[in-house]
This record gives sequence, C-alpha cells and structure tokens, in this order.
Amino acid sequence: MSQHLKNITLKIWRQVGPSDRGRFESYLVPEISDEASFLEMLDLLNEQLISEGKEAVVFDHDCREGICGTCSLMIDGQAHGPQKGTATCQLHMRKFESNDTIVIEPWRASAFPIIKDLMVDRAPLDRIVEAGGFITAETGGAPDANLIPIPKPVADASMDAAECIGCGACVAACPNGAANLFTGAKMAHLNLLPQGQAERFQRAEAMVETMDEHFGSCTNHGECEAACPKSISIDVIALLNADYLKAKFKNRKNLSRI
Amino acid sequence: MASRSLRSVGAGFRADGVVPSSLRRMAQTISNERGRGPVSGTAVGKRGKRKPFLIDFYSTAVGKKYVMAVTGIIGIGFVIGHMVGNLKAYLGVIDHQGSRAYDIDVYGEYLRELLVPILPHGYFLWIMRIGLIAAVLLHIHAAYSLTILNRKARPVKYQSSRDYQVANFASRSMRWTGIIVVLFLFWHLADLTWGWFNPGFEHGAVYRNLDASLSRVPVAVLYIVANIALGIHLFHGTWSLFQSIGWNNPRFNQWRKGLATGVATLIVVGNVSFPIMTLAGVIEYDASVPSVQEVSE
Ligand code: HEM
Ligand code: FES
Repeated sequence: MSQHLKNITLKIWRQVGPSDRGRFESYLVPEISDEASFLEMLDLLNEQLISEGKEAVVFDHDCREGICGTCSLMIDGQAHGPQKGTATCQLHMRKFESNDTIVIEPWRASAFPIIKDLMVDRAPLDRIVEAGGFITAETGGAPDANLIPIPKPVADASMDAAECIGCGACVAACPNGAANLFTGAKMAHLNLLPQGQAERFQRAEAMVETMDEHFGSCTNHGECEAACPKSISIDVIALLNADYLKAKFKNRKNLSRI
Repeated sequence: MASRSLRSVGAGFRADGVVPSSLRRMAQTISNERGRGPVSGTAVGKRGKRKPFLIDFYSTAVGKKYVMAVTGIIGIGFVIGHMVGNLKAYLGVIDHQGSRAYDIDVYGEYLRELLVPILPHGYFLWIMRIGLIAAVLLHIHAAYSLTILNRKARPVKYQSSRDYQVANFASRSMRWTGIIVVLFLFWHLADLTWGWFNPGFEHGAVYRNLDASLSRVPVAVLYIVANIALGIHLFHGTWSLFQSIGWNNPRFNQWRKGLATGVATLIVVGNVSFPIMTLAGVIEYDASVPSVQEVSE
C-alpha cells in the first residue's frame, strides 16, 4: 500500500556555474508518494519549477537502476543518502518521513568541479582508468570463456572489485577527498586475474600516480566502503598499496633491462 | 586542476559555451596536457634519469603512508619497550654489586652499556636515539605534507553537516593526538632527560627524578592526558598501518581491531599507572639509597 509523505522541505545547493559561489535554496514538496524514487521526487520538483518559469535543478542521472554510476548527491551528509549499498537512484522516499528536511549537496572535491547545481565533473576518474584500466588481448573471435581456468575465489574477488560503477561516492565520502577505493577496485579487478598479469605492475604504478595528481590521501577511515553503492571492501586499498610497492621495485628492475 | 578537468567534458557543460580545443580531437584520445603520450602498456615507464628509489617512492602519497606506517611501527616498538622498562620502578630497591640501588637506576645504566665490548659506552643508545629522532621527523613530515594534500583535495568543504558512518574519534583526531604527543615528548625530555623542569634533578638517579616530577599534581595530570592521547593515536594507527603496508590477509583481518585495542590499552594502562602510583605513594624515593654512580665508584 502506497502512502504519502507530506510537507517535505528540500534544501538544495544551487550554483549557476563553476565560478559561482552557490547557496542553499529551500523548496517545499507538499505531498509525495513513498513509492517515488528520490530522483522522481526531484523530477516532480523540476516540473513544478519549470511550470513556474524558474530554472530546473540540474543533477546527474542516467540508468536509474544502480548500474551506470552517473547519479551522485550528498543527501543529509551521506553520499548516495541513508540507504546502505545503493546508489541515489535506488533510494526511495519511504526512507524518509513527513515533515523531514532533506539537505542535498553536490560531491565536493577539487578533482570534481561543480558544473552546475548538483552536477559535478568526475573526469579525473577516467584519467585513472586510462592510465591502466585495460589489458592486452588478441583481437578476432571471442575466446572461449573457459580457455583460462581461474580459481573460483579469485574470480569472485575480482568480480567484487569489478562491481565498481565509478560514481565517485568514495571520493565524496572520504574526509580527505581520496580516490583510493575507486583506484583500488579498478586495479584489483584486473590485477587478480590471469588476464591482468602482463600489465599488472605498470598498471599499479600508472594508476596510483595518476590518482596522486588529482586526489587526496587515504587515512583508512573506511567512509568510502560505507558509502559505496556496491559495498566494495577497503581490502582493495590494501591490495593497491601492496601492488604499488611491488610495482616500484619490479618496474625499476624491468626498466634497467633495456 | 579544475579548469583542466572541465576541458575534457562535453561542450554543453561549459558555462561559456566555448568548444574546447581538446574536444576537437577524437573522443577516445587521451588528453595530452601533461605532455604524456597516449598511454599504452609499454609507454608508462618514465624516461630519463630516475630518482633514487626511496625519494621517488616517498614523493607519492602512497609512499608517504608506507613511511608513516613503518615509522609508526618503530614508534610503537619504542613506546612498548619504554613502558615495560619503566615498570622496573615497581621493583624498587635491589642488591647491586653488594650495595642497595634502585632497580630502574641500574636499568638506566645498563642501557648505556648495551653492546659495550663491541661499541664504546653509550654509543648504542645514541644509535637508537638517532633512529628514533629520524623516525619521528619522517612521521611528522609525512603527516604534514599529506594533510596539506588532503586540504587541497577539498578546498571547499561540505556546506551542510556530514553524517559519518564509520570514521571514529580516533581516526578523525590523528593530527591533534599526534601534536599533543610530540609536545608532550618535548616536555618529557626536558623533565626527565635534560632535567630543566625537574626540581633537584640528578643525572642517572632515575627513581628520584621520577618521584620528584610526578609528585606534582599538574605534571601528573599532564602525563595522564598525554598518554591517553597517545593511546587514541595508536588505536587508529595500529589498525591503519596494516592497510597502509598492504598487509591484508582475510584470515587475520579480524584480529586487527583487537590488536589495536590491545596495544592502545597496554600503553595507556602501563604509562598512566606511573603518575597515579607516584601520587598514591607507591613510587616514593628514599634518599638513603645510594645512586648507581656512587655504587660504581
Ligand atoms: C607530531 C607527532 C605526530 C603526528 C602529527 C602524527 C600524525 C599522524 C597521522 C596524521 C597519521 C595518519 C593517520 C591515518 O592514517 O589515519 C599517523 C599515523 C600513525 N602514527 Fe602518528 N603522529 C605523530 C606521532 C606519532 C608517534 C609518537 C607515534 C608512535 C608512538 C605514532 C604512531 C603512528 C602510527 C602507528 C600510525 C599508523 C600509520 C598508518 O596509518 O599507516 N605517531 N600519525
Ligand atoms: S543513475 Fe545509474 S547508477 Fe544511479
């Protein structure tokens, strides 16, 4: 049975552009179904704003089913809101109550400049993936899936890391604005698999050092894991650290061979 | 940094509507703004002369965290050894070369005698001191530069209050507890090593100096507060260093929190006992006991 929440106050960050200072503005949602998703609630707000001739609130979203990593939003001080292990698009109004005030802010990090309102540019995450998030594979027909045997626990660990949808919640939630969970996930995903071994140490060095150019440094608070819509474990950060040290040794040794 | 990132996004996102030159390239090309060619599996190695390994490693944030963890382990080792050594204060007076002496005074003298036939008197103690000073300086330098890096990574703070889920008081106060510990360290050395703040300080009379210092209530309180700060620092530090060094073994991970609690408790209970027991009169200097120097002469 659907119920209706009444009298929700939204405090939303409005910012005209990257160089605007920005401010919170309050909006009243008189009534909303508890079956509405959080983003549907924002859609309805925008319909109303447009009908009043005002500017709609800009926010990122795409798949709306928790797989693309486009949605963001800091909701009541938590990246992706109060529900564990889900993205903003999977959050529903039943998590809230009538008369609540909900504060919505964009991700904040120097690597994520605000484009407008709640939308940020997360391109530095792509720079990290470009630096090493690939393997060398033969072109041509797809090889048989079971051509390279992989122990089940290894495949599982790699798949857990591969769940990362690149939303940037880890950076947003981290008190230091660090991207170690993202980078660790992208590294672990490939470094654990046989297919990833050829570039393993070049990947580790290149990805970590690209990360270094844009983001803060991990102090092991664990906020990233708590905010991650895929609940990726900070174990991948330990793996990142271990592989980075190994990479520094091995790459030097390999370079000295040429 | 901000402008660089903005340039790689779609033109529609630009507030000024100008199509940036980098977008006229193919969508898949890699931005070349840092002068790096397209990244391939073989092109990431750096050309030219390389910096020495440790300097190269330390120049990255991950490398600095390794240094923090290793210097932290040195610190933990010292702090535990130091605390256990001080427990000798509870052994009181012993028989030393046929005369009475405070056990802890004998122990202090022994530290200078470490490795003596191999090294001259007091040398090994100085080697350890230099190692500890280097560790503390590196630890502080890494903490300082990473703090600066982290500030830069979020120059505009969240404008609403954060609702932290797992970050705890210990993890969030590392910089403060660290600073308290180092300030205390200065006081502690000036008090019991150099004797500046110790009434009637006598070199080598460890038990006497300890009692003279800790019988003062404000000083006792200072020791208690500083050691609680140290315990909080080590509670997060002991857990955190496993992550920083990449010691992550699913079989042992469950022990890390317990170990951190154990180390922190051990240090706090041991160290806080000294001011409390001095105020309680358990540690009380008896001037009739000759000093170790007198015995040796
Ligand atoms: C000025 C003095 C100090 C400052 C500013 C300081 C600061 C810090 C900071 C910022 C961290 C990183 C925190 C984190 O990763 O969450 C840290 C870690 C640590 N500190 Fe200190 N600290 C100081 C002194 C000490 C001392 C005297 C000891 C040992 C007795 C110590 C032991 C540790 C340990 C074991 C770690 C964990 C390293 C890691 O995370 O990998 N620190 N310290
Ligand atoms: S919109 Fe795709 S993950 Fe939320």
